[in-house]
Amino acid sequence: MSADHDHDIKSHIRTYLIIGAALFVGTVLTVAVSYVDFGSHAINVAVGLLIATVKASLVALFFMHLISEKTAIYLLIGSAFFFFVGLMGLTIWADKNPPNRTQNLQLEQKVAVTEGHSHSEDGDHSNDH
Amino acid sequence: MEIPYTVKPRPDTGVYNAKIGIWLFLASEIMLFGALFSSYIILRITAPEGTWLEGVLNVPIGFGNTLVLIASSVTVVMAWASLKLNNYKAFQRYMIFTVLCALTFLLVKSFEYNEKFHHYEVWTTDETDNRFTGHFDKEWLSEQKAAYKARVAEMDAQYQAALSEWSSSDKSTDAPREPDYPKITFFTLTTAEIRDLSSFLGFDSVIFEKEHKHAYKYAGMPEVDDHAHHDEAGHEGDESHAEGGHGHHETLTIPVGNIKRASAFIPSHSTFFAIYFTLTGLHALHVFLGACVLAYFVFCNRRMWKEDPDRLANRVEVGGLFWHFVDLVWIFLFPVLYLL
Amino acid sequence: MAHDSTQTSTADHAHGEHDHHHEQNFWQKYIFSTDHKVIGIQYGIVSLLFLFLGFILISCMRWQLAYPGQPLPILGNLINDLYGGADGIMTPEIYNMFGAMHGNIMVFLAIVPLGFAAFGNYVVPLQIGAPDMAFPRLNMASFWLFFVGAILIFGSMFIPGGPAQAGWTSYSPLASSVPTNGQAYWLVGLVILIASSLLGAVNFIATIIQLRAPGMTWMKMPFFCWAQFVTAFLLLLAFPPLQVAGIMQLFDIVFDTSFFLPTGLIIGGQPAEISGGGSPVLWQHLFWFLAHPEVYVLILPAVGMVSEIITNNTRRPLWGYKTLIYAVMTLGFLSFIVWAHHMYLTGMGTVISTFFQTTTMIISIPSVIILTCLFLTLWGGSMRINTPMLFALAFLPMFGIGGLTGLPLGFSYSDLYLHDTYYVIAHFHYIVAPGTIFAFFAGIYYWFPKATGRYMSDYWGRVHFWLSLVFMNLIFMPMFLQGLAGMHRRMYDGGVTYAGTATPEEGVVGILTKYVEMNQTISIAAWCLGLSQIPFIINFFYSITNGKKVESPNPWKATTLDWQTPTPPPHGNFDGPIEVFNGPYEYSAPGTDDDFLPQNVKPSKGGDTTSAPSTEPVPAK
Ligand code: HEM
Ligand SMILES: [Cu+2]
Repeated sequence: MSADHDHDIKSHIRTYLIIGAALFVGTVLTVAVSYVDFGSHAINVAVGLLIATVKASLVALFFMHLISEKTAIYLLIGSAFFFFVGLMGLTIWADKNPPNRTQNLQLEQKVAVTEGHSHSEDGDHSNDH
Repeated sequence: MEIPYTVKPRPDTGVYNAKIGIWLFLASEIMLFGALFSSYIILRITAPEGTWLEGVLNVPIGFGNTLVLIASSVTVVMAWASLKLNNYKAFQRYMIFTVLCALTFLLVKSFEYNEKFHHYEVWTTDETDNRFTGHFDKEWLSEQKAAYKARVAEMDAQYQAALSEWSSSDKSTDAPREPDYPKITFFTLTTAEIRDLSSFLGFDSVIFEKEHKHAYKYAGMPEVDDHAHHDEAGHEGDESHAEGGHGHHETLTIPVGNIKRASAFIPSHSTFFAIYFTLTGLHALHVFLGACVLAYFVFCNRRMWKEDPDRLANRVEVGGLFWHFVDLVWIFLFPVLYLL
Repeated sequence: MAHDSTQTSTADHAHGEHDHHHEQNFWQKYIFSTDHKVIGIQYGIVSLLFLFLGFILISCMRWQLAYPGQPLPILGNLINDLYGGADGIMTPEIYNMFGAMHGNIMVFLAIVPLGFAAFGNYVVPLQIGAPDMAFPRLNMASFWLFFVGAILIFGSMFIPGGPAQAGWTSYSPLASSVPTNGQAYWLVGLVILIASSLLGAVNFIATIIQLRAPGMTWMKMPFFCWAQFVTAFLLLLAFPPLQVAGIMQLFDIVFDTSFFLPTGLIIGGQPAEISGGGSPVLWQHLFWFLAHPEVYVLILPAVGMVSEIITNNTRRPLWGYKTLIYAVMTLGFLSFIVWAHHMYLTGMGTVISTFFQTTTMIISIPSVIILTCLFLTLWGGSMRINTPMLFALAFLPMFGIGGLTGLPLGFSYSDLYLHDTYYVIAHFHYIVAPGTIFAFFAGIYYWFPKATGRYMSDYWGRVHFWLSLVFMNLIFMPMFLQGLAGMHRRMYDGGVTYAGTATPEEGVVGILTKYVEMNQTISIAAWCLGLSQIPFIINFFYSITNGKKVESPNPWKATTLDWQTPTPPPHGNFDGPIEVFNGPYEYSAPGTDDDFLPQNVKPSKGGDTTSAPSTEPVPAK
């Protein structure tokens, strides 16, 4: 191992310690902001997750050396992350888009239609019998 | 032919085999925990109103454990750097510290779990849908346990005696029946077990230490202020760590017939605790396995250091990557479960 | 045993210097082997066995469907002894058990391990010129994990209470309310099986990325390896969510959690003693997030094999090789975002359902591209017809029928009607039974000489082929009609209850009697299909020791590296360092003596390909 290499590692070690300290601070911050009322629960959740994401990125970038990795590994992690977001996003979307809203919409329209054309509706009914 | 690139990186991809291997594995782990997180979100947003628990976990403990894991993440990467600097002694120190952190984490976690097993929530029918938390009176509970054991032992002994009498007789009568008593482990008590126990031992009310601190909250429910002159309804935050029997208590005698449902804070209590135990349990399993692997590197791979130091450094790097990932998962778990 | 004789002839070739394998005893060589070829054959044997068992189960069910309530011949008493009931009659519970186990066994224990693990293990390292998989010991671990999982799943057929009954989809809350421990066994087995698949997938991808021989660039890699590569990614990223779901459903059963159990659930007229608050739809999301990519896991290795065999026997390059690669990658990518087309009936909003309909329609494009390329490869080729080629050729229309009939299921409007009918059964069986299984037969006939040094009989191969082709279609074609007529799947009596009740004039919905009567035709065809496998089984075992010996290590005159090794290949695969110069399908290239140029032979102007293994014409019989 060359001296150059040793020097490299030594500068890495400095980074590790700084990141470690940042993570400690981040943890304190997470707890602290959870006691702050941002007005709505959603904002609290968003802030908490934001801090967590920053912390997680620090771990991934510096401790796991993702900041200077090979393309193959970026592709790999990128795809996993993408599909994870797909799974989570689409599942939540599917939940947030229940059918009854559209049904109600149609019902409303139908009511409007019936009111508008009560005459022809009557005609339909008599045909039914 | 030897398998190539086990230690040296392949020129065009720039990585050695195990590194691709561990990143692939981590990719699948992202999907594993990702799916659990997604489940958490779905369970939470689809929870019927008033069934999702909030603020029941012990924040200081979770906070401490987070710091422990972060510290171990720093030391594991330092261990790898020490190997790269040819400093085996430092490597050992850092690695052993890492493993100790892991053990600390697991120990704390097991205390935390244990606390949940003894913490009950009771729904009663007396007033309007009354719910409160606390724990069974310790003395009362151990009395019941002793009574139960004695009674069971007695029934067993009777059965054995009858059995030996019967087998030495001419067996013209029916064989004695096995004693019929409710099987109760006392690990935690379920509603059904409480009912069974009460009819078995003949008590008709339980003695319960009710917590006065407002220690829990259901999402979307009006805050339950069960102690009007106790003006703390406003700040559930800093007061919310009253688990495990600290703080004020009121001793209640609750008729068994009035208990609609009683449950310890175990997975069957609510989907919150179900997903809490699943997420943290799976994570703890990862911590445990990771610690075993790291311990193996530091205690059993000394010879490799002499023969093939690069290979050991690679191993530690790969093990470290796994360890950082475990830390990374916890970084999300802590706020999501404890704080938000 | 198949692998015994396979390996005895290679024993003396075994490379002493490889890893720590100096002197291997029987156990190291055949049972706990780390050699990818032995592991491939182990997977092959176990999964073929499960294919057979899965078929036995459906044969029993087909009896019940054709002759509802009549005593089941041969196995009747056995099933009564195991699961209750009397007079050899199949009870509804037994029908459900067999149905669920047929699906589980076929998907998880037969087709996936056969296509991905068995053929993949045997062929991929050879084709990319690698000495073994990247992590040989991990490879062994995957096989044994698979074995344990398989034993748990199949073993649950013999526990008191019987195996799982809730269909292979195992929807909650049904799955947590059937009174048998079989479901828990299945779930534990599944979690172990998934662990095995994940290790396998990691190993395959790492091998393909890292161990390609010098010169084997991505665009020189045989298409089969590409297919396996994409398949491995599907397994790697789609299986973990099902693992999670399996764990959660297991907790629902053993720890009384309510992950998938809603508030107010009533089981057997009684309010269930659960906390409630869970989401049954969540199970479906997690399940189908795996299970849609899973269908590509079932089909892609088959597509890969078929393209190898077709190019080899048309003596033409694979048409649109690069297009195929991009198509298969697109397919893999898209297969992660179409899953909810299985869930239109769960009550989905129009917006999200439109999204999934759109992606489903888009994903059919790469599938059609693949099929088109394979068809175009045939164009103008001087085709060499032998058993592998026959099966490979039959694969194309079968896969086509299966694929095209899937389109109506991808539109929510037509799926409302077709969902859960026999139409669905026919559609996906066209893909997995006459489709995938035919490709696997092709693969077995094709690589058999590689593994054993002997051919399987071509004559009996053809007999096997024609009988299978006829009966497969006799089984599954009528099911389309039944399904269109409204016959539901998973019906214990095959629809008799509803037979003849249809009086469209009065608006009564039912099934016309003639569609119910088709059940008998189908069942007879199914049993005949079973009998048609006898020539294959005998041929297979007989040829291991008595088949015609191959004349050269490269009997099919193939270009890919798997045929440029000794036959059968020794431990370590190649005699010396290997280097790749050519693309994978240099057939009938101008300027060569022979009509093919192996990947590892340097093309030379004078047409000097002496280093290529010499080959006689392939025997017609
Ligand atoms: C070749 C012979 C085969 C025949 C005759 C056959 C027949 C059937 C039939 C009739 C059903 C419907 C049972 C019912 O709904 O009550 C069924 C279901 C099913 N089959 Fe097959 N099958 C065969 C091969 C396969 C293969 C190779 C696979 C591999 C993936 C497979 C996977 C399934 C699945 C997943 C189900 C659904 C089970 C459920 O309802 O949960 N089958 N099969
Ligand atoms: Cu699908």
